Amino acid sequence: MTPNRILVAAGAAIAMQAGAAAADTVNVFNWSDYITDEVLEQFTAETGIAVNYDVYDSNDTLEARLLAGSSGFDVVVPTATFLQRQIAAGVYQPLNRDLLPNLDNMDPALMAAAANHDPGNEHAVIYMWGTTGIGYNIDAVAERLGEDFEVDTWDMIFDPEIAGQLADCGISWLDSPTDMFPAAFAWMGLDPQSTDAADFEAAAEMMKGVRDTVRYFHSSQYISDLANGETCVAVGWSGDVLQAADRAEEAGQGINVWYAIPREGAMQWFDMLGIPADAPNPEAAHAFINFIMKPEVAAAITNYVWFPNANAAAFELVDEDIRTDPAIYPTPEVTETLFTGVTYDSRTDRTVTRLWTSVRTGQ
Amino acid sequence: MSAGGNALTRSAPWRGTAWAMGKLGISGRMLVIAIPMLWLLVFFLAPFFVLGRISLAEAIIARPPYTPLFERGPDGTLTIIASLENYRFLLTDALYRNAYLSSIRIALVSTIFALLIGYPIAYYIARAPEPKRSILLLMVILPFWTSFLLRVYAWMGFLRNNGVINNTLISLGIIDSPIQMMQTDFAVYIGIVYTYLPFMILPLYANLTKLDGALLEAAGDLGASPVVTFFTVTLPLSLPGIVAGCMLVFIPAIGEYVIPALLGGPNTLMIGRVLWDEFFSSRDWPVAAAVAIVMLVLVVAPIMWLQSVQNRRGDG
Repeated sequence: MTPNRILVAAGAAIAMQAGAAAADTVNVFNWSDYITDEVLEQFTAETGIAVNYDVYDSNDTLEARLLAGSSGFDVVVPTATFLQRQIAAGVYQPLNRDLLPNLDNMDPALMAAAANHDPGNEHAVIYMWGTTGIGYNIDAVAERLGEDFEVDTWDMIFDPEIAGQLADCGISWLDSPTDMFPAAFAWMGLDPQSTDAADFEAAAEMMKGVRDTVRYFHSSQYISDLANGETCVAVGWSGDVLQAADRAEEAGQGINVWYAIPREGAMQWFDMLGIPADAPNPEAAHAFINFIMKPEVAAAITNYVWFPNANAAAFELVDEDIRTDPAIYPTPEVTETLFTGVTYDSRTDRTVTRLWTSVRTGQ
Repeated sequence: MSAGGNALTRSAPWRGTAWAMGKLGISGRMLVIAIPMLWLLVFFLAPFFVLGRISLAEAIIARPPYTPLFERGPDGTLTIIASLENYRFLLTDALYRNAYLSSIRIALVSTIFALLIGYPIAYYIARAPEPKRSILLLMVILPFWTSFLLRVYAWMGFLRNNGVINNTLISLGIIDSPIQMMQTDFAVYIGIVYTYLPFMILPLYANLTKLDGALLEAAGDLGASPVVTFFTVTLPLSLPGIVAGCMLVFIPAIGEYVIPALLGGPNTLMIGRVLWDEFFSSRDWPVAAAVAIVMLVLVVAPIMWLQSVQNRRGDG
């Protein structure tokens, strides 16, 4: 055999191996701390498809990978507002409903809300959802604002006087303009779905006025900081704050963390399961998504991550203390006050990022 | 004679190859140079041109998210779409200028502190007797065996409000309430100086060990005090080591992203972070590419200046 022949043969062998591997592997790219391992093991046991699982901690990271192309992932989990833009960029393939019989289990009202971002739910189904609210240290806040202070308000974040009293024990904000601007709008009495440049400027001006009270801007650090008492108030995502509460309780240091949905209005967001257009194994991806939509699987994930699923058939299977907890599953009255996010066009996006940088850095 | 004998025993195929290369005008010397040149071409120059090409495009919602360089019109004509708009944008918004200036300031201050701390250490190690010297050198290099990220995280444990430093000071009764050190520029300086200190010490050490002791003795014999000897003999002779150490600290510090992200606060403005925001949050790859190119130019300029300083010294 000449060297060239050997190379060709080796190449063919590698290609065949890659083909074989692709046939029974699904590559999943999901948020960190967002699933329980048992579910993945169960999926492999039932279908014979191995799961190659990788994680990220921001929509931006996921989007950069998807826009660069050939990400190699079969299933990804963007937030609906990001999904909408990615669909426009041609990132996703339409779902094949014949391969997803468990779609019948999904909550029609929630799927209709998600359809605002993905008309007809053609490209994605809801994985989990949640709200953007306030995580707080019960004792530290009561000590500074009094036992009677009602914490379900953005005043804790945006009112300079109230935030000023909390600043010494540490306030953190999400480093996410798409969460912070709508929250600021809600507190200012503006339309939280506004895309008006003047509104963004006004909100940025307002936030600059209180940024002295903010110790840092970060989207995951607050989980451990709330839990060990390093900070006492955090703008955060519902399930993450509740995981902080759980960790604080386990640590037994006498730190009590809880979550409040501000009465001025809070964002309800959806994380969506989608299949990239260039997914190496779309059949396995459909099998995975269909598996996640099984009621007992969705319930098992919710019981572990403390984010609600959108699976109507799973509700009764969720642990009672989780499904009756208004911080996780908001009451109908609170649900009335929630709003969904909007996807900004490129120009608004640039304005928002620029204004957010000026809020964050004071420049 | 023995060398000639070896040449005669070379195997025929090797001679054949050498002959063929000679015919093609390729010498062994050229091959040796070609490998690193090829490396630079593939891993430095080519990415740089890709970056430059993206910086001339415009951001769009697509995959990849920027306009193509060539567009074929309906009549088959090929138009090149390129504009310097992104560079103009960088000039008009004060944010970028402030970020560059702030990065240069942080890198400069860190470099000065690394030099002030690193020079005595390098001097001490270079002057130490042999077995001790190796151990000291090992202690400088040893931290590299742990992940850089873990070492920065360890600093978080020291600097936190209920971290080691504050808890110690409080239990000693020196302070009543914790001093806020995390999320400040102070923590960023600590992180950068700590991380890059070995890069300052090692070239200085290499330079100082070569220092001819006879020169110091001569200075002493001619009546110079140790202080005068240091400033008139040791310091000028160690300038190449200082320049090398400063470059090795300054250049990575200016583009540092991880340390300010982990230790810095909301007021810490560095170009690495601005670059991240443009790429990931604004999804504006062209502007991000322009920011990177400008940064590259900003970093290359001081290197060339330092290089010329060093060359002038070498000539003199």
